Amino acid sequence: MTAIHVSNLTKNFGRIRALDGLDLSVSTGEVHGFLGPNGSGKTTTIRILLGLLRQDGGTATLLGKDPWNDATDLHRRLAYVPGDVSLWPNLSGGEVIDLLGRLRGGLDGKKRARLLDRFDLDPTKKGRSYSKGNRQKVALVAALASNVELLILDEPTGGLDPLMESEFRAVINEERSTERTVLLSSHILSEVEALCDRVSIIRDGRTIESGSLAELRHLSRTSVTAEVATEASSLRGLPGIHGLRLEDHRVTFEVDSQHLGTALSQLSRLGVSNLVSHPPTLEELFLRHYRQDSDRA
Amino acid sequence: MSTLAGTSQLIGLILKRDRGRLIAWILVLAGFPIITANALLELYGAPSARAGLIATFGSSPAYSALLGPIYDSSIGALTAWRIGVIGGVLIGLMAILIVIRHTRDEEEAGRQELLGATVVGRHAPLTASMSVVVGAGFIIGTLVTVGLAGLGLEISGAVAYGVGVASLTTVFASFGGIAAQLTSGGGAARGLGMGILGVAFLLRAVGDATEAEVLGWISPIGWFTRLRPFAGERWWVLGLSISLAVVLAASAYLLASRRDLGAGVLPTRIGPAEAPEGLRNATGLAWRLQRAALLGWSLGVAVLAAIYGTVANNVDELFGGNPQLADALAQLGGADQLTDTFFSFTAGVLALFTAAYSIRTAHRLRAEEEALRAEAVLTASIARWRWMGSHLLFAFIGPALMLLIGGLVMGATYGSAVGDLGGELPRVIAVTLAQLPAVWVLTGATAALFGMLPRFTGFAWGLLVAFLFLGQVGQILRFPHWLLNLSPFTHTAAIRLENVQLLPIAVLFALSAFLAVIGFTSFRHRDVIA
Repeated sequence: MTAIHVSNLTKNFGRIRALDGLDLSVSTGEVHGFLGPNGSGKTTTIRILLGLLRQDGGTATLLGKDPWNDATDLHRRLAYVPGDVSLWPNLSGGEVIDLLGRLRGGLDGKKRARLLDRFDLDPTKKGRSYSKGNRQKVALVAALASNVELLILDEPTGGLDPLMESEFRAVINEERSTERTVLLSSHILSEVEALCDRVSIIRDGRTIESGSLAELRHLSRTSVTAEVATEASSLRGLPGIHGLRLEDHRVTFEVDSQHLGTALSQLSRLGVSNLVSHPPTLEELFLRHYRQDSDRA
Repeated sequence: MSTLAGTSQLIGLILKRDRGRLIAWILVLAGFPIITANALLELYGAPSARAGLIATFGSSPAYSALLGPIYDSSIGALTAWRIGVIGGVLIGLMAILIVIRHTRDEEEAGRQELLGATVVGRHAPLTASMSVVVGAGFIIGTLVTVGLAGLGLEISGAVAYGVGVASLTTVFASFGGIAAQLTSGGGAARGLGMGILGVAFLLRAVGDATEAEVLGWISPIGWFTRLRPFAGERWWVLGLSISLAVVLAASAYLLASRRDLGAGVLPTRIGPAEAPEGLRNATGLAWRLQRAALLGWSLGVAVLAAIYGTVANNVDELFGGNPQLADALAQLGGADQLTDTFFSFTAGVLALFTAAYSIRTAHRLRAEEEALRAEAVLTASIARWRWMGSHLLFAFIGPALMLLIGGLVMGATYGSAVGDLGGELPRVIAVTLAQLPAVWVLTGATAALFGMLPRFTGFAWGLLVAFLFLGQVGQILRFPHWLLNLSPFTHTAAIRLENVQLLPIAVLFALSAFLAVIGFTSFRHRDVIA
């Protein structure tokens, strides 16, 4: 089952091309990371999925329906948290949570109370006196307390402190067990890494990579830092080694996954006394994509 | 002084953001008196022609309440009489709106924080916005002086008019500065500022129309007429404006130094932890957002109507037996009944007032869209037409309610004064309510602009100012019929209980409905954009 299916989506704002043939596929029940730097088209895509913008080309299907024509029906089945939450200055947070819940067609009162507690949010403050993080919490509580099939979260943790961010992760991980689909747009890679089953990476309005984290990592390199007993210049010239740095007895390099074995046996011959290796973070993955792109350009 | 650091850069920023807005205000406010004087010169160049005009309006308390007293028969004095008060209200509006826009609104939007963290002093935004407004006031004043003197009017009068305009701008810029310190929301600050402006207008109206002349002396707008440009200028009156402006500006600075960024002097209350039952759909939300303004404006209409109803009593007594004056008066509205003409005129003023309410209410749609609050509602299973309709409901029903209140109050005060409540009440209500289709045309136009050209929704205000100008001075200046007919208010001014003309009413209703439908359909098909 596909919750979101987007293919070859294009959108222009005047002469600026915001989306340039974007593809996105999210299965029902998965937490899908939607990654890209600022201005890459994440929010534009989401706003098309929400029926706020109309695409210029390509197709978008949400829960089997058309996001533009069936907007009202679809919105009963989804909840949305924008990255930049703007509240009515003279409505209290509690009022906004209830209002948005009711507009969506219902709110789980128990969940509301629990979430207010977990996010440590005072619902009696007026919209104008909340900080950015607290405004975001209002929108999060409103979205999470409703029993909808699909959550669309657009950089939802931008204003949250680390404590609240981990609380947010815990809540989303619980959502996973309830079979809800989550589309989580972010440029915070550790967040996506911690939460998402699958990831789509976009840049300049185009999807450049899509798949499970394992699949994406397979394509990439492992970072190795080691302390060795002897001079290590023999590592130079081995296949698949990149960015080798030698400082006295300390070596650091990246190695393509398929050449990891060769590199490790060479290290053991050099008398390795300490070894730290880690799989590529999404950050590195991300940077590599861009490096490749700019190399090509 | 470090609290003023960055003022000049902020002035530059304001001028960059607002140059179109400022130029429009300057052209309109400087253009009004110059065009009026020019037309008066052409139409009433001969003293005998002016004598008729003055005999008609000069000694009537009713018209004094509307426009202020006529102090002299010169062209300059007549210009000051005809356009002074309405121009003064518009100047106050400009000053208050622009000052609040660049102080409290910026704070509320969080942009002030961005600037405040750079080398921008605590008092720089207040100083910059007031400087821009006062500067605009001086430009308007200079243009008016040069324009009026250029038409060959007395130099001293032209200077008095120009200086009067500049000092009035300064006073209301300072009021705007204070209002911006008191409340923590821009909307509330604007409400407060408008309230002050309304009180100044009413004090002058009562002061000029009744024995209580002293009331006019505590109104800045009253000071402008009492400066008497072209009628033996009383320069010392400027001292009152300048002193008040200094006191007000000093208070604004004092308040600004004592409060935190983002906070008002008046405390922000906490709200309920849960939403009340009524806040459950788009209409409930619109009611919550619109109710304060609806109440405030309705109250304003009631007070204005009470004053008009009270002074209307004098119209009959003064002109009842004079056929020549009746002819002259008929120029205003074309009715045979003097009081009808008077009420048609006052109903026109109430109509412009309610049209302003209606435009600002419909304009809320654009404000909500720009602030990204519309998307919270639109992504929560509310169809676009419902959300749009929820605010337009108030933009359409509000004016109907206000005109009904206006007609009731005006008819009741007048009817009980002349002892014929049963006869007068329905007549006055009919004349007042007859304005509704014209108001709704502007409501519809705002909706259509919002749907088709969202960035230009504010253009509806330009239409209102144009219609106001046509209605206020168009007939007395004998503009061509086709031009007058462009204003919907021209068509509703002549409607009476005795001769209800269905055609113009039907055409205007149809036009407003057509415009609203255009608005709804275009909004359905366009992108929601900030």
